[in-house]
Amino acid sequence: MPTELMINNAIIFNQVAICYLVTNTINYVLQCGIVKGSLVMLAVEVNHIVKSFADKVAVDDLSFSVAQGEMFGLIGPNGAGKTTTIRMMMDIIKPDSGEVIILGEKLSEATKNKLGYLPEERGLYKKLSVLESIVYLTSLKGVDRKSATEKANALLTQTGMLASKRKKIEELSRGMGQIIQFIVTIIHDPQLVIMDEPFAGLDPVNTELLKKMFDDLRNQGKAVILSTHQMNQVEELCDRILMINDGQAVLYGDLSEIKARYRSSSVLLDCGGEVGEIPGVGSMRTHRGYIELLLDGKTTPQQVLTHLVSRGITINRFEVATPSLNEIFLKEVGKNHE
Amino acid sequence: MNKTFLIFRHEFLHAIKRKGFIIITLIVPVVALIAIGVFHLVSTTYEPSVVETTYVGYVDESGGFDQYTTQGTIEMVLFNTPDDATAALINGEVSEYFVITADYISTGVINRYTMEKQLETPPAIATVIKNFLTSNMLAGKVPPETVYRIEAPLNFIVTRLTETGAVATEQGGYGNIIIPGIFSLLLALSLMLSSTFLVQGLGDEKESRLIEVLLSSVSTRQLLIGKVLGLGAAGLVQVVVWLASAPLLLKLASSTFGGFISTIQLPTNFLILGIVYFILGYSLFAALAAGIGAISPNAREGQQLSMIYTLFAFVPLWFSSLMFIFPNNPIWLVMTIFPVTAPVTAMLRLGVSDIAAWELAVSIAVLVLSIIGILFLATRAFRVYLLMYGKRPNWREIFQNLRSG
Repeated sequence: MPTELMINNAIIFNQVAICYLVTNTINYVLQCGIVKGSLVMLAVEVNHIVKSFADKVAVDDLSFSVAQGEMFGLIGPNGAGKTTTIRMMMDIIKPDSGEVIILGEKLSEATKNKLGYLPEERGLYKKLSVLESIVYLTSLKGVDRKSATEKANALLTQTGMLASKRKKIEELSRGMGQIIQFIVTIIHDPQLVIMDEPFAGLDPVNTELLKKMFDDLRNQGKAVILSTHQMNQVEELCDRILMINDGQAVLYGDLSEIKARYRSSSVLLDCGGEVGEIPGVGSMRTHRGYIELLLDGKTTPQQVLTHLVSRGITINRFEVATPSLNEIFLKEVGKNHE
Repeated sequence: MNKTFLIFRHEFLHAIKRKGFIIITLIVPVVALIAIGVFHLVSTTYEPSVVETTYVGYVDESGGFDQYTTQGTIEMVLFNTPDDATAALINGEVSEYFVITADYISTGVINRYTMEKQLETPPAIATVIKNFLTSNMLAGKVPPETVYRIEAPLNFIVTRLTETGAVATEQGGYGNIIIPGIFSLLLALSLMLSSTFLVQGLGDEKESRLIEVLLSSVSTRQLLIGKVLGLGAAGLVQVVVWLASAPLLLKLASSTFGGFISTIQLPTNFLILGIVYFILGYSLFAALAAGIGAISPNAREGQQLSMIYTLFAFVPLWFSSLMFIFPNNPIWLVMTIFPVTAPVTAMLRLGVSDIAAWELAVSIAVLVLSIIGILFLATRAFRVYLLMYGKRPNWREIFQNLRSG
């Protein structure tokens, strides 16, 4: 019945429309954090901050936000303004204009207790013991000495460094010192953790240990901001990114969306036997172990795959070419330097 | 717990555990105790040896100088001619000789001959020869007691009276300056050391970037006030140890040494004012150190800059001898009020003369205001130059930035 069909279609249309609206609203809320406290709480809101040193603009009208439970990557070349941005977020230096809202308020002493900060260049009191250093720096975060000692012992056990707790900091290796510094950053159960180049100088074992602890932080619903040059780490760990160059935002948003945006119309193929001519493939490039099929723009990868399967070709690898974050980074930074 | 207090406690404990601090704090009473002990040991085991007689020749061309030839341990030996006396001097029979010229009574000329190179006649020899001549000239003319009195006519016993005419509890004299003198030297030393330590600590924290971790937990003001108070408290411990050991050491010393040491006394209010000036001095130098630490890119350069103002702590000591001679010169008043010289000058002046109450009040008020002002500027400078690593701004930039804030 045409009327019934129309009604059914209308119902389906309405349901789709409602679903669409709800999904978009949730996405909007997630991105903008309008419903603070109920659905999502923004850990960081940076609005149009500007900072100049002498005649150089280090950060130029930068805005971004980080939600709770999010692993956020802050990336950019040397001198892009990452560290200056972090220092403004930590209230170590003041922005010339714009505002920084941390955990829903302007940074205060109470808010500082909810922050964990791992600076790019590490430093601890060389003459103090590991335990003394941790307990003192933790007490400055509003944790009493007894709890600080208990937590320090637990984290030292977890990182396999309990045996070194009486050693002076100067007796530790660089990597061990970094683990201690990381413990100091997270021991007070912060809501927001900001880490500047956390993997620098770490061996693979300690890198994995740190990554596992990052996962724990994310699972606990903490917001983690990771500032690093190591794009592979950002790709592996972060949900969203902000790429800055010359103090300005170059890329900002969901990492998978950004990568999808930069996806090229080519397919990487490793197969047994000759491929021959494939409809919709403009040209081919041979690489070591695979060939790159450059599609004509009208053909989809699925159509190519269907064609190959229909011809009975054994396929070892079929991958839609997606640029790495490193390639995107080089492309964007290179574009700005041209 | 208050974060300023946490920093204060950390800095205090860190400071008093330093080897340098412990050594300086304990060395004063320990060295004094050792000195008293060594003196006691030596004096109880000491057996006076036979004092050797010194022979001094003389030729009496004037005549009448033949009595009182024994003056203490010096024996006068008469020679008939200068040649005989010279021969005896060369042979070592006499250590020297003098000639009483024929016209001595009218001219007073005495020719003295010696084989030693001397700047002037040693006072002991001069006194002996003077007494020998005086005694002989007065012999038989006045009673012997009068002769002695002429030779030593002065034996002052000075008593200081108060405005009401009563005997003052605090009498003057060199015994009064000993404790303030030693104390002010130690104060200057301590101010320099603590200031250097603070600059070093701040420089290290800047260099190691630990400062960023600290400032992600506390404010600049909390950090600086905590540091300054922590070092001030450590200084107070030092001064309390010294002052507390002083009465005991004095008691021990006076029973062992007797004499001059027994005249040593602590000037009135010295204990209270000592502590007040120590705390204020520490706070002032710590605030200055914080400012220097703020504008210095590293610990080494900070220490070089801190030499400029730590020198002022020693300036009053350079001029202390002038202060003893001219205690009422207005320059001492200026130095008592000028904040960087005030603590050490006030301590020295307490031993030398009186300081008027208004002078102390002005001095303390200026010190307190200076501490507040410098701490305010240091906090500003700290924020401006906190992240400036590797390069020190020039003075013009510093003043501009402090003004614009």
